[in-house]
Amino acid sequence: MDETIRTILAEHGHLPVDVASISDEDDLYQAGMTSHASVNVMLALEDEFDIEFPEAMLRKSTFESVVAIRTAIGELTAS
Amino acid sequence: MSTGMAIRVGADVVAVHQVAESVTRFGARYLERVYTEHELSSCAGPPSVRAAGLAARFAAKEATIKVLRPVGHQPDWRSVEVRRHAEGWCTMALAGHAATLAEQAGIADLAVSLTHEGDVAAAVVVALCGSGTEAVA
Repeated sequence: MDETIRTILAEHGHLPVDVASISDEDDLYQAGMTSHASVNVMLALEDEFDIEFPEAMLRKSTFESVVAIRTAIGELTAS
Repeated sequence: MSTGMAIRVGADVVAVHQVAESVTRFGARYLERVYTEHELSSCAGPPSVRAAGLAARFAAKEATIKVLRPVGHQPDWRSVEVRRHAEGWCTMALAGHAATLAEQAGIADLAVSLTHEGDVAAAVVVALCGSGTEAVA
């Protein structure tokens, strides 16, 4: 799952650094991901994992790191 | 002299081409997730013109959220709306969680200014904060 998340971040996160240089715990916003880019990441994750992020999960923290995204997807696919 | 009021300012910049790419890549899902019907109808025109208007509106939404200072749960993008008036100027309209945050901060009114030039769209939002349910510094 992490590789898929990283591929989506590389394609839609508009990060100014190589995604490979970011650890699972690094803050993606601190790394340069904008709010608008996070919308694209969210939509791409929904496409890839066939999920929909409910409004209650639309927190900055949901998309702030690879591990946070992995956790959110895990919650949605388990339900 | 203190008036018991405080001012909050938020600003944001959005790259127009990234909005155009989002429209191309995600289409209606992107548009309907982020913008209200009024905002979409305000941004009619050729794709490049539309993308610039949408980018300025996204910047206004983000600038407003900076003013609202949410902790944890973020307001839905569509609950922060740019209302374009017939004369051409714009105001912000809040609903749902965004309206609740404004009420808590004692924000009675928001002023917004949008602009775009080339690939850059930007917005500045100013709020006058009075006596909300939280302390205003």
